[in-house]
Amino acid sequence: MKILALDSSGIVASVAVVEDDTLLAEYTVNYKKTHSQTLLPMLDEIVKMTELELESIDAIAVAAGPGSFTGLRIGSATAKGLGLALKKPLVAVPTVDALAYNLYDAQGLICPIMDARRKQVYTGIYRFEEHQLKTLKDQWAAPVEELLEELNRRGEAVTFLGDGVPVFRELIAEKLKVPYSFAPAHVNKQRAAAVAALGSIYYKEGRTQTDVEHVPEYLRVSQAERERAEREKAQKQAGTTV
Amino acid sequence: MKDTLILAIESSCDETAASVVKNGRTILSNVISSQIALHTLYGGVVPEIASRKHIEKINQVIDQALSDAGVTLDDLDAIGVTYGPGLVGALLVGVAEAKAIAYAKKLPLVGVHHIEGHVSANYIEHPDLEPPFLCLIVSGGHTHLVIVKDYGEFEILGRTRDDAAGEAFDKVARAIGLGYPGGPKVDKLSKEGNPNAIEFPKAKIGDCPYDFSFSGVKSAVLNYINHAQMTGEEVNRADLAASFQKAVVDVLVEHTMLAAKDYGMTKIAIAGGVASNGTLRAAMEEACKKNNYSFYRPSPIFCTDNAAMIGVAAYYEYIKGTRHGWDLNAVPNLKLGER
Repeated sequence: MKILALDSSGIVASVAVVEDDTLLAEYTVNYKKTHSQTLLPMLDEIVKMTELELESIDAIAVAAGPGSFTGLRIGSATAKGLGLALKKPLVAVPTVDALAYNLYDAQGLICPIMDARRKQVYTGIYRFEEHQLKTLKDQWAAPVEELLEELNRRGEAVTFLGDGVPVFRELIAEKLKVPYSFAPAHVNKQRAAAVAALGSIYYKEGRTQTDVEHVPEYLRVSQAERERAEREKAQKQAGTTV
Repeated sequence: MKDTLILAIESSCDETAASVVKNGRTILSNVISSQIALHTLYGGVVPEIASRKHIEKINQVIDQALSDAGVTLDDLDAIGVTYGPGLVGALLVGVAEAKAIAYAKKLPLVGVHHIEGHVSANYIEHPDLEPPFLCLIVSGGHTHLVIVKDYGEFEILGRTRDDAAGEAFDKVARAIGLGYPGGPKVDKLSKEGNPNAIEFPKAKIGDCPYDFSFSGVKSAVLNYINHAQMTGEEVNRADLAASFQKAVVDVLVEHTMLAAKDYGMTKIAIAGGVASNGTLRAAMEEACKKNNYSFYRPSPIFCTDNAAMIGVAAYYEYIKGTRHGWDLNAVPNLKLGER
C-alpha cells in the first residue's frame, strides 16, 4: 500500500510517500509561506528522485485542517486535483492528530499547539495506549489559557509541539503546574510522513473520501460570518427584529 | 488536423467555473456555479467565503464540464486556468487544482489573465472576429479601453483613474437600497425611469481623453440623495438610476468612439460583466451603426465570469507556445499583457 501525503497547513510545506512500513521520500521545508509555488515542485522532485509512478499510489492523504485557511486550501485543492486526475481516494487527516502522531509512543500527554492568532491555539490532547494514538480531547480552537487550565486539571506530564510553542512558551512556564517538555526539532512541526503514516491506518479502516467530497476542516467560521452572528445576537438582545 | 481540446478553470471571484473548448472557438461545455446568493447577505463578495465555496464546488464543476462535453481528461491537450487578477485566496483554489490535474495527467499548463479571458469571450460567437480591434472592458473590478493588436497582445489606451464602472453601479445600487449585485438591478430599474431627469457630471480627464473617472458621478448621486433627504423631497429612484446609468454609458460610448476615430479602428467589441448592461449594449450598437463600425459583444452568459472565455484565451496562448511551470502562483494584481 502506497500513500502520498501533503501538508501545507502551516508555515511548513511537506510532501511524503510512504509504502507500508517504509518512508520512500519526504520533502519538508520550513521557510516562508509560499506553498502555492513550492508544493507541486516538491512533489515533482520526489517523483523524479524515486521514479514514482503516480498511478501506483493507493490514496492521497492530506492534512485537512485546522491551519492557515489559504494553506489548507492549497493542500486540499492539490489533493482534489490529484484525486480527480488519478481516480484515487483521498484521506483527510486532522492536522492536530498528525502532529501528535510525530511523538509515537511518547510517555504522558501529547499536546500539539498551533498558533491560531488572537491568543488562541488549535490544539488537542492525546496519549499513546498500547502503541495506538488515543484522542483524549478532539482538536479544537481554544484560548491558550483555557487549554492550560485543562492540562492543569488533568494533572499529568505533557509534551508540547507545534508552531505555537515559541509563541506561548513564556505563558506555559507561567501558568502550567504539571511537568512539561517541548519536542525536539525533527518532530515538532508538521511532517507529511506523519500524515502518510496515520493516513495509512485510516485508509485500512476505510476512512476515505472521494475527491468531490473532500473539504478542509477550518474549525472556525470566516470573520465576516462571525461578525454577522455577533451583530444579530446583539440586535436580538436589544430586542429589535432583524 | 487534429482537434485541440482545452479544459479551463476559473475561480477569480465568486463563480466557480469550468469549460471544455475545442480549437479555441467551439464551446463544448460551460459550467458555472454562482455564489451570488451567499454574498448578498454581506452586500458584496466576502473573499474567505468565496474561497471556501470554491474548494467545495470545484471538482463537481470540473466533472460536470467534462461530462457535458462528452470527454475525459485523456482526450485533453492542455489545462488553462485564471491566475490573476482577482481575489488571491479564490484564485489559489483554481490554480492549485489546475496544476495538480495537469501534473498528474502530464498535460501542458497555461495560465490565463482574467481580463484577456473577458476580451476573448468575443471570439466565441463571432467566428469572423480577429485582431486587430478596439475593445472596451467593463466589469466590477476593471474599466479598460484597449486595442487588441493580436491574440494576447494589447495596447492600453485608457483606464479608470478611480472606481471601476461596475463598482460605481454597486455603490449607487446600495445607496438607493437595491442591494447586491448592483449592475443588473440598476439596469432593470432604469427601464422605468427617465434618463434625462437629472443631469449628472461626466468626467473628462484633461491629459488622457480615453481615461475614465466614475467617483465624481457616484458622489454626485450620493449628494443628490443627501440633499433630497435634508429638504424632505422624495427621490424618484427609477429616474435617478436611469440618469446615473446614462451618465456612465454616455462616457463609455464617447471615449470608445473617440479612440476608434483617432486610431482608425473599425471593429469595436465590449467585454466584462458590465457588457451585459442592456443600455450600454444598445448605445454602443447605435453609435457603431452611425459610424459604420462593426460591433461585437458576447451573450450575457459569456460576459459574466466563466471558464469558456478562459479556455478560448488559453488556446491562443497554447498555440503560441505559452507554458507555465508547476510553480505557477496566483497573482492578484496581474497587469494586462503581463506573462
